[in-house]
Order: sequence, then C-alpha cells, then structure tokens
Amino acid sequence: MGSSQSTTEEHNFQLLADRTGFSLEQIRILHKRFKHLTHDKDTLRREDFEDISDLTFNPIRSQIVEAFFDKRNFGHNEVGSVEEIGFEEFLTVMSHFRPTGQHLTEEEKDKIRQEKLRFLFNMHDKDNDGTITLDEYRHVVEELLSSYPEIESETAKAIADAAMLEVASVTMGQMAPDEFYEGITFEHFLKILKGVEIETKMHIRFLNVDTTTMSCGK
Amino acid sequence: MPCPRRAPRGSEAALMGQQQRRSGTVSVSVSVSVLVVSAAVLGCCLLPLGAASSPSHSQDASKDQHSVNSGHGATQSANHTKKPFPVLSFDYKHVKQPFEIFLWVLLASLMKLGFHLMPRLSSIVPESCLLIVVGLLVGGIIILVGETPPVLQSDVFFLYLLPPIILDAGYFLPIRPFTENIGTILMFAVVGTLWNAFFIGGLLYGVCLIEGTNLGTVTLLPCLLFGSIISAVDPVAVLAVFEEIHINELLHILVFGESLLNDAVTVVLYHLFEEYAVGDPVAVIDVLLGIVSFLVVSLGGVLVGAIYGVLAAFTSRLTAHTRVIEPLFVFVYSYMAYLSAEVFHLSGIMALIACGAIMRPYVEANISHKSHTTIKYFLKMWSSVSETLIFIFLGVSTVAGSHRWNWTFVIVTIILCMVARVLGVIGLTYVINKFRIVKLTTKDQFIIAYGGLRGAIAFSLGFLLNKEHFPMRDMFLTAIITVIFFTVFVQGMTIRPLVDLLAVKKKQETKRSINEEIHTQFLDHLLTGIEDICGHYGHHHWKDKLNRFNKKYVKKCLIAGERSKEPQLIAFYHKMEMKQAIELVESGGGVKLPSAMPSTVSMQNIQPKKPPPERALPQISKGREEEIRKILRTNLQKTRQRLQSYNRHTLVADPYEDGWNEILIKRKKMMEFEKRISQMNNYLTVPAPPPDSPTIARARLASDPQAWSIKPAADTGTIPSIKVDLASPQTPDSVSMVDEFGKPASRVPREPEEEEEGLMMRPPLAEKGEKEEQEEGKEQQRLLRCLSDPGPAVAEEEEDEPFLP
Repeated sequence: MGSSQSTTEEHNFQLLADRTGFSLEQIRILHKRFKHLTHDKDTLRREDFEDISDLTFNPIRSQIVEAFFDKRNFGHNEVGSVEEIGFEEFLTVMSHFRPTGQHLTEEEKDKIRQEKLRFLFNMHDKDNDGTITLDEYRHVVEELLSSYPEIESETAKAIADAAMLEVASVTMGQMAPDEFYEGITFEHFLKILKGVEIETKMHIRFLNVDTTTMSCGK
Repeated sequence: MPCPRRAPRGSEAALMGQQQRRSGTVSVSVSVSVLVVSAAVLGCCLLPLGAASSPSHSQDASKDQHSVNSGHGATQSANHTKKPFPVLSFDYKHVKQPFEIFLWVLLASLMKLGFHLMPRLSSIVPESCLLIVVGLLVGGIIILVGETPPVLQSDVFFLYLLPPIILDAGYFLPIRPFTENIGTILMFAVVGTLWNAFFIGGLLYGVCLIEGTNLGTVTLLPCLLFGSIISAVDPVAVLAVFEEIHINELLHILVFGESLLNDAVTVVLYHLFEEYAVGDPVAVIDVLLGIVSFLVVSLGGVLVGAIYGVLAAFTSRLTAHTRVIEPLFVFVYSYMAYLSAEVFHLSGIMALIACGAIMRPYVEANISHKSHTTIKYFLKMWSSVSETLIFIFLGVSTVAGSHRWNWTFVIVTIILCMVARVLGVIGLTYVINKFRIVKLTTKDQFIIAYGGLRGAIAFSLGFLLNKEHFPMRDMFLTAIITVIFFTVFVQGMTIRPLVDLLAVKKKQETKRSINEEIHTQFLDHLLTGIEDICGHYGHHHWKDKLNRFNKKYVKKCLIAGERSKEPQLIAFYHKMEMKQAIELVESGGGVKLPSAMPSTVSMQNIQPKKPPPERALPQISKGREEEIRKILRTNLQKTRQRLQSYNRHTLVADPYEDGWNEILIKRKKMMEFEKRISQMNNYLTVPAPPPDSPTIARARLASDPQAWSIKPAADTGTIPSIKVDLASPQTPDSVSMVDEFGKPASRVPREPEEEEEGLMMRPPLAEKGEKEEQEEGKEQQRLLRCLSDPGPAVAEEEEDEPFLP
C-alpha cells in the first residue's frame, strides 16, 4: 500500500470514525477483518459469510447475515436489500453494537436504546410494514429452536402465540373479542422489552478483536 | 421428680394460652411472654442438672443401707429387701445432650415467631440485631441462674451451623448475574480482602508500637492474623441484612458473591499467619508458598465441589423409581463435598457453592416437582434455623466469654475496618470500571462499602486461636465481637433508611415474561454471531461453546430421558405454565384471579382473519343469530373461559398418547372442576398437562388457522352440528370446542387438529325452536368432550407421579 493510498484511507477512516463513533484503532481492526472476509476484494457478499465456521452453529445465522444486507440498517432511511456491501455499510451495521459510553445523558441513552431496538425490530420485521405479525414472530421462534431438530413446529407456534398474546395483553389492555391485533409495532416492542437492558447488553468489545487469528488466515 | 416434666408442659400451656389470646393483642405482650417462657424453660432445665445428681446419691445411699441391712439378717423378710417397681422415674442424663440441643432450636424458632408478630419492630430493626439481643438476654438469664452459658464452639459452627446457609446460597445462586460479574466479584473478594487484612494488620501493629497503649506484647504476625480474621465480609450477616432491603440484583450479587468467595483468601491467610506467628520469621519463599496455597485452596475446593455435583446430578438421573429420597441425595452429596474439602483444608464454602451451582440444572431436570419443593423448603428451613441459632449464640457467647477490654485496640480496630473498607472499595472500583461496561456509580460504591458486614465466621476463627500461642486472644475476641456488634447493629439498622434516602435501585419484582426470555436468547445468539463475524473470541463466543458442549455431551449423561433434549426456551415456557397452573389450582379454581393481566385479549384477537370459508350459510336473520348467540354465550360461558385458556397454551394431550383412555375417565372429574370455575372472566392457563405427555405434544393451539378446514357435514343427516367459526366476525364468542359428538375414543387416531377448535357456525337447517334444545344437549356433550383436555386433571394429582417427566 503506497503512502498516498494510506493517507486517503486514513482520511476515510477519520470520516467514518466521526460518523459511526468508532475510534480509529477500532476502525483499522475492523477494516482488516473486512478485508479478510472478502478475500481482499472491496465488497462483501452473502457467500463470504459462509466461510466463517463458527457461524454455522448459530440458529439465527440467516437472519444475522440478512441484517448486514438490509438497507434499513445503513442509516439512510432506505428500504430493501442489497447484494453486496462495502466497508462503510459493514461498519454502520457494526456500530449498532458499540458499547455505550459512561457519561451520557438520559436522552442520549434513550436514543441509543432506541437505535439498538430498532435494529432488532428490523431483523424481525422482514416485510417492513412496521409491525411484527404473528407469522413473522413465529418464524423468529422457529429459528431460535431450529438447533433442536426434535422439536416440532407446533411447539414453536405455541410459544410464539403465547408471546404474542402477552404483548397484546400488556400493550392493548382491553380488546373486544372481535378486534384484531395487527402485530407488534415499534412502540409496543419498546414497551415489552423495557425489562431487558438493551443498551448495556447489546454490545461487543471491539478493541479485543484478535488480530493474530486474522493474519493466520482462518 | 416432676420438675423437668413441668417445664415442657408449662410451655405448652403458655402456647395454648397464647392462641386463645390471639384475637386480642397479638403484639408485644405475646412475644415477651414467649421470650420469658422460653428462657424459663431453659433455666428450668438447667436446674435439674444439679438436682439430678441427688436422686442417684440417695439411691446409692439406700442401696448401701440395703446391703447393710441384708447383711444384718436373713431373718428379715423378703419384702423388706425388695424394692417397689419404679412406676415413674427420672433419668435426665440419658437424653441430656439432644434435649438441650433441641431446646435451643425450639427457643430460636420461637424467637423468630415472636419477632414477626411485632411488625413495627421488625421493620426498623433487622432480625439479626434482635436475635443477638435475645442471645444477650438469655445469656444473662443463664448466668443469673448460676450456670455457665455455652459458648459457640467453633466445631459446631463450622460443621453444623454454617453449611446449611452456604448450601442454600449456593443452590439458589443466580448464575447469570454471577457469571456476568465474576471478574468484579473476584477482584473484591481476593484483592479487597488482602488489602483489608494487610492494611488493618499493619496499621494496628503500628498503633501497638506506640507507647502507653499497653499493647507492646502484640507483635506483627498476630496483628496480621487479627487483620485477616477481621477483614472478611461475612456471608451470614450479609444475607441476613440484605435479604430485607431488596436492593437491585447487581449490588446484591456483588456484595454477596464477595462474601462467599473471600473464604479461600481468609482460610489461606489464617493458616499462613497462624503457622508463622509461632514459627520462624517469614521468608520470600513462604510468601510464594502462600500464593500457591491460595490457588490450591480455592481451585481445589471448586474441584471437589464440582466432582460431588456431577455425582449428585448423575445419581438424580437414576431416581425415577425412588422419588422419595431424591432430596436426600442433594443434601448428602453437598454436605460430603463440604466435609471432604475441609479434610484437606481446602475452602469448604467454595466446594459447597460449586457443588450446588453445578448440580442444580441437571438435578432440577431430573427430579419430580415435589422433590424440588421439598429441597427448596428444607434448605430454607435449615438455613433459617441455622442463622437464628448463630446470632443467638453470638449473643450468648458475648456474655459467656472471657473478655479483656482495651479501649485503644477496640476503637482503632473499628475505625481501621471502616477506613480500609472504604479505601479498598474506591480504589478497586476505579480499576474495575476501566473494564466494565456497566460502570459502578458512587452510590453503588457506597452500598458495597457499607454492606461489608462482619459476622460469626470472624468470631469462630478468633475462638479457634490457641491460647498458649496467642496470649492476647481474649483481647482479640473482645475486639472481634465489638466489630461484629458495630457492623450488625449500626450498619445493619441504618442501611435500610440509607438505601431509601439515596434512592438506590431496588429489585425489580416483575416476573420474567416469555417475550423477554425469547429476546434474551435471541440477543445471545445475535451477539455470538456478531462476535464470530468480527473474529472476536469474546464472552459470548465462549459461553456459546460451553452451551454447545453442555448440550451435546453433558446433558445426555446427566439428564434422564427426553428432558435432555429440551431447549431452554421450552423449559422456561413449561415452567411458566406450570406456575400459573398451580396458582389456578391453589386459588380454588379461580374467583380471585392470580393472573396479573386483567385484559380481555385472547387468542382470537391475534389470529389473522381468514376469509370466511364457504359456508352454506346465511339464511338466518339477524335477530335469530342474536338469539342463538345469546344461548351459546350463556351456556358456553364457563367453557369459554376455560377453553380460551386452552387456546393460549393448548394443553390437549396428544391423542397418540397412551393416556387417552385415562383422559376420558378424567373428563368426568373435570366436569365437577369446571363447575367450580364460575366467574372467571380472564384467560388463565390451565394446569399442566398429564404427566406423561412429551413436551412436544402439548403445543397444539387453537389458534392455528391452518388447523381449520371446512368440515363437510358428514353427520348432517343425524344431528345438526353447531360450529362457530373462530375467526368469523359474526361470532364474537369464538369458542373452540372439540368437534365431537360423543364419538368414542375410536376417533383417537384421527388428525389431532381436527378435534380442536372448531365451533363453526352452521345454521341449523331445520326447525329453530327444537334445535335449541338439541343444541343445548349437544353442548353438554361437547362440553364433556372439550373438557377431555387433560389439563385440569392435575387438580387430582397422582401422588407419585412427577409433575414433569
């Protein structure tokens, strides 16, 4: 890499750092990782995720991979999905998992919480109609239980239905018997997950990314 | 000698008197009388100890006389020499020891009873303080009576009183917050205790060197030994106080975890200083050996506990046929772990914690519900009694022990303890916060520092000191007791108002909902995935690996049968259902709704509306429909309530199950049960499914729209069927009923979904009037049928069946 190239890269990194909130060190590490995943190409495709061996055990891997290609997570208020992403989008998706800083005001904390929950919501709400319908929720539970092949889909349906009922009860309170609960909207989603401290739980320590394994070519 | 007999009867009478007066002032007078009676009982029993010797004396005397008499003359008739048969005799020595032990236990329990009858007092003063005061009083009474009060023997304490408390803590240790904060806890436990010990010991030595304090005889090593004894935060005291103030989970687990894990440090330091205080001066090699010893003690303890835990888990796998002794295995294995660790001078507390924490998930998957309840209640009972006894004995030992009061020493100790704790916490938090995501705030630090209570462990360790090697032992003991009193009374009493004043976050009482559970698991997998994408071998990665290893190998070995394959989400779901089911049964079938969700939302509200199926419908006039609807509503009122609860977590037995015939028998019983559910207007779950059905089969829901198919009216000729479309807008009372007309169990092998939920409304084609009668009749039958759901059968629990297989 020539020096001129690295300075433009540094400049880009600086811009990215300002936008996403990562530190330069973290961006450099993630860039290395990005290059490793894409085999030194410039864009990341879905197939590149297949190389990650540990990911195969993950029951929700397809949803995670989809999240990277979901335009809603790129921060530009677009919808739809793309076939390949660049480093900038990769970083933007990753920025949802940054640890929260210590000295934040209540509003900032709330904003971060909403961002992270929005990410989760987008993962569930595939058709982007603003609600998680019963089918989508069932799909979520089925995926979660997919690593246990002995469990029939009936069980997953039961759990999803019970969960949906709970959401409806908590958020809507009283409903006449013939009303229909469309699905979980984002506000309801926020409400039911009040007990889970998302802003503290949903993070990765990016600085400890293991660079040695990357250079050894996993 | 009727004296001792009088005593138990006396207490009985007192108790009865209390019960009669219960209607009146159940307050101070009662408790005080309890106190007085118990003390009197105790004193009374100690008196005969002196009196008991006299009958034997007189008997000996009479025997001598008899032998002398008989020597005098065979002329004396046989009647003279023959003693009358003793109808009533007195032999106290025979039962003395267990009698006294259990008398103390009785006293402790009556005290506990008494305190809770005085709610005002128990809300201000923590129980531990009250118990110490009682101990002081009892000790005083005993001295007045003239006997020597018993001192808390270290053996008794460490072998009998401490293990139940620790086992209770270890078995119910909340694993998730514990492992999430393990780094912080270890820092506080190890580094914090070391800091405390050396700071206090060192500065005390400095004070001892000062002229004029009469402390010149105390050298460095005894000071350090004293420092190590007094520096350890005591789990018993912490538990006793923190349980009452309900602070948030994080702080609770931090202080409590620290108190448990610092045992290893205390044990090592204690033995180290004890050895070297009498031996040669300490060299560098000894320090290194000390560090090695620490690792051996702590890791060894954990290893011993783990081995016993795995053994217990494996044993529980085999207890399917001997459910009655299941709890025994849990207790015995844990206690053996503790004792085995103590044999090698390893940390018994850590062994106990490791054993309890490791065996719990497997044991709970294997044992019956009743055994689970038994274990829980026995542990709570024993630990409660132990705790009470410990505090009472602390009070008695204070009165009984030999003391040497030295103002300087005691006051300096107290001050140093507090200063050391505060400095230690602040310093450590500064370092720890660099590595934590959720930083510890100043408020948190204050509570952690303030919650560092000392207790009976320190006293017992001090008591164990050999008087010859440590001539200042009495002074140490006095100081230890003073510190204990200070922390328990002052800090224990003021922590509750301080917590309120500082508005520290309290424990959230909300139950965990299934949504939270789903999302917590989802998050776990998500974060693991992201970590894998980043190539970062972090917390989640290793946890995931451990879980996979657990699932693949360990669970297969240690959990019996089908349960080994049950994912956590399902287990959680069942637990939740069962809890609600038990609430339902306990509330007597439901006038008072135990559910916290007073909403009228039901399954039908969330089901997507399907287009109304082709029905040969609607020639009914609106008015007629209304009538029919009303009839249905009134008749199906009860059923609907119950059934909608079925809808939520359908607990229809798998008809492929063998228990189907039993179910048919049970439905009759269910009719009665169903009658008792009169005013439920909410959607509760039903009690658990029959014991034998595998988890999978339980999950059939009314809500499944695909389960519905248009049923051709196969039986139109014979009996008109009334079926109400579940999702149809025209039928607000969507009920799901098993669509059977008293067809016998031969229908069993049919597709299960068809049986369910299908009241599909088809207009009676014939004469409306008489149809209503028939409908009602059919409804009854259908009621029977739908109640064939075996859920409520749990109301008649079979005695030996496990709740969950």
